[in-house]
Amino acid sequence: MRVYKPKDNVQKKAYYSDRFFISPQVPKFDVESDEVFAKDLEAIKAKFEVKEAYIQVEQMVVFINPEDNFKVLELLKNDLEYTQLSEMSAIDWLADKQGFEIFYQMLSMNKRKRLRIKMFIKNGEAVNSVEKLFRSADWSEREMFDMFGIEANNHPFMKRILMPYDWKGHPLLKTYPLEGDEFAAWYEVDKIFGKEARDIIGPELRDTAKVDRYDSDRFVRLGHEVPKGTTITGNEPKVEQNYQEEDGVFLVKKLNKKDSVIVTDPQR
Amino acid sequence: MAQIKNRLTPFFENITFDREDNEMILNFGPQHPSAHGQLRLILHLQQEEIVKAHPDIGYLHRGMEKMAENMIYNEFMPTTDRMDYIASSSNNYGFALAVEKLIGLEVPRRAKVIRMMLLEINRLMSHLFWLATTALDIGAMTIFLFAFREREYLMDILEGYCGARLTHAAIRIGGVPLDIQDSFITQLRVFLDKLPQNIKDYEDLLDSNRIWLMRMEEVGVISKEMALSWGCTGPMLRASGVKWDIRKEEPYELYDEVEFNVPWSDKGDNFARYRMYMEEMRESAKILYQTITMYQKCVKDGQTELMAHSPKYISAPKLDIMTQNYSLMQHFVLVTQGMRPPVGEVYIPTESPKGELGFYINSQGGPYPYRLKLRTPSFWHTGILTDLLPGHYIPDVVSIIGTTNIVFGEVDR
Repeated sequence: MRVYKPKDNVQKKAYYSDRFFISPQVPKFDVESDEVFAKDLEAIKAKFEVKEAYIQVEQMVVFINPEDNFKVLELLKNDLEYTQLSEMSAIDWLADKQGFEIFYQMLSMNKRKRLRIKMFIKNGEAVNSVEKLFRSADWSEREMFDMFGIEANNHPFMKRILMPYDWKGHPLLKTYPLEGDEFAAWYEVDKIFGKEARDIIGPELRDTAKVDRYDSDRFVRLGHEVPKGTTITGNEPKVEQNYQEEDGVFLVKKLNKKDSVIVTDPQR
Repeated sequence: MAQIKNRLTPFFENITFDREDNEMILNFGPQHPSAHGQLRLILHLQQEEIVKAHPDIGYLHRGMEKMAENMIYNEFMPTTDRMDYIASSSNNYGFALAVEKLIGLEVPRRAKVIRMMLLEINRLMSHLFWLATTALDIGAMTIFLFAFREREYLMDILEGYCGARLTHAAIRIGGVPLDIQDSFITQLRVFLDKLPQNIKDYEDLLDSNRIWLMRMEEVGVISKEMALSWGCTGPMLRASGVKWDIRKEEPYELYDEVEFNVPWSDKGDNFARYRMYMEEMRESAKILYQTITMYQKCVKDGQTELMAHSPKYISAPKLDIMTQNYSLMQHFVLVTQGMRPPVGEVYIPTESPKGELGFYINSQGGPYPYRLKLRTPSFWHTGILTDLLPGHYIPDVVSIIGTTNIVFGEVDR
């Protein structure tokens, strides 16, 4: 049977894979093989349900229920000397398991041990914030929300951190496009003037910071602009700062700068 | 056809709001010269005192984690240079080590020694850069020139090794690509012999300097609990009373064979952090002297291997590729398709000049990592400003940002 491949995964894919290739595994060891970890796991198991636990590359990995995350981390911090949350984030498993895997990377300096708490949440579910235990989770959870759209309950400031506040989409999802929209420059032109005017109007200038290097005439002549090609005399009349054409734009009144008022009552 | 332009003039209204209190909001950055990159701080001020600070980051966000998911492992190596671009080999190393642990590779000893040399040179470069820029922010122009002069020697040495000054890409998964050049050790010796005097010069200028002390002492005090809770690592943590250096506690490479001390302080203020950087430079020099001896021993013992031998993951030496058919085939597959590490996940921390630099890699057996998370120290060293700045005054902001030693390639990734 052919291997199922998610259709909306736009990530780069290996262009060739041997169909009989079976990937080896990074060896997993029993937790009993390490005394310190065995004790820690026992302490966790006494209070919470542990789905799976093993040691991989010298670090213990413990799978727990997502609703226990705050209490497990509290136990780790207060009783088991895991004083630092080094890192936390999520892994997108939407296509295969309809959810996210979330990991908390913990460090105990007294024991010189690192362990990873992992849990699985369904798409659309929120996690409990651990910001009250570890302040570092404040930013990590914001980053996780920004990148995956996973919200943290009881977080003091659940806003995007790396992307702009008004950004649409969550970049680290496997379905997030790798390229921009190449037709975006025409959308406004088509909507306002119609497709047939494309030749006349030309593509929209998408780079707002762009300065035409040959337009030395009108650059920085704010309020005294002249048409291109005009000879500058230095006595250009002041251009009225009136907003656009008459009844041009919906809901926007024509502004006359002279009549503008200072609003003292914020409620108006 | 030419575009018909209609003149658009901005729409605005003059709106002012009366506020009950005297609080002022000051926008610090993102283009502030002492923000060390693209940091925007929104500061709520009560007179000159900060009552609330809101660091706003993301101006240098390039989506490196997303890039990593769409690149073969070797392809990602030069991208890691752009994280902490002040000490780029340490990023290369962190990534290489994580992939090696994932595969289970053992790197030849000579390559390990060269890697340690590169790492410590990078640490020196980073600390010298820190000293230069922080001193400049506080107004000590001479220190800036002095420290940049010394850093230039190191950059020249590294330029001789890998051809690049800032973005080295000097380390490969499985070893190092090249042996060090003939002049490397002589030049390094010359530098190291001078370094104690240089550091003493800096300290003579700064340690009893009234302005420096006023800007540094008892300013920006981070308690031990706060440092641990905010995930601070490296000099930030050690200045706050936690003696934790990954090189010492969880030794990687050959750090268990070299002798060095871990400086620490329980003061937690700017001055303690400044002392950390100065002492660490001395310790790095100590390590470098020892690596020179170790390197010469490798040469004497005839250990010439620079890359691990593992045909499934690592290309054969160039000579083999050019002469042997099977090596050529393997090399072709590894370059075009990329290596496929085993299924599994690792989190590997290393002590970069700024703190704990960790790489979390989740591999599903494909040539691209399924998920790669970069744990960069500066991210949390920026976050701590939220809690650290309130109660301080505007001039302290500059010195506090200085001593946190944040680099924005690393914060925003």
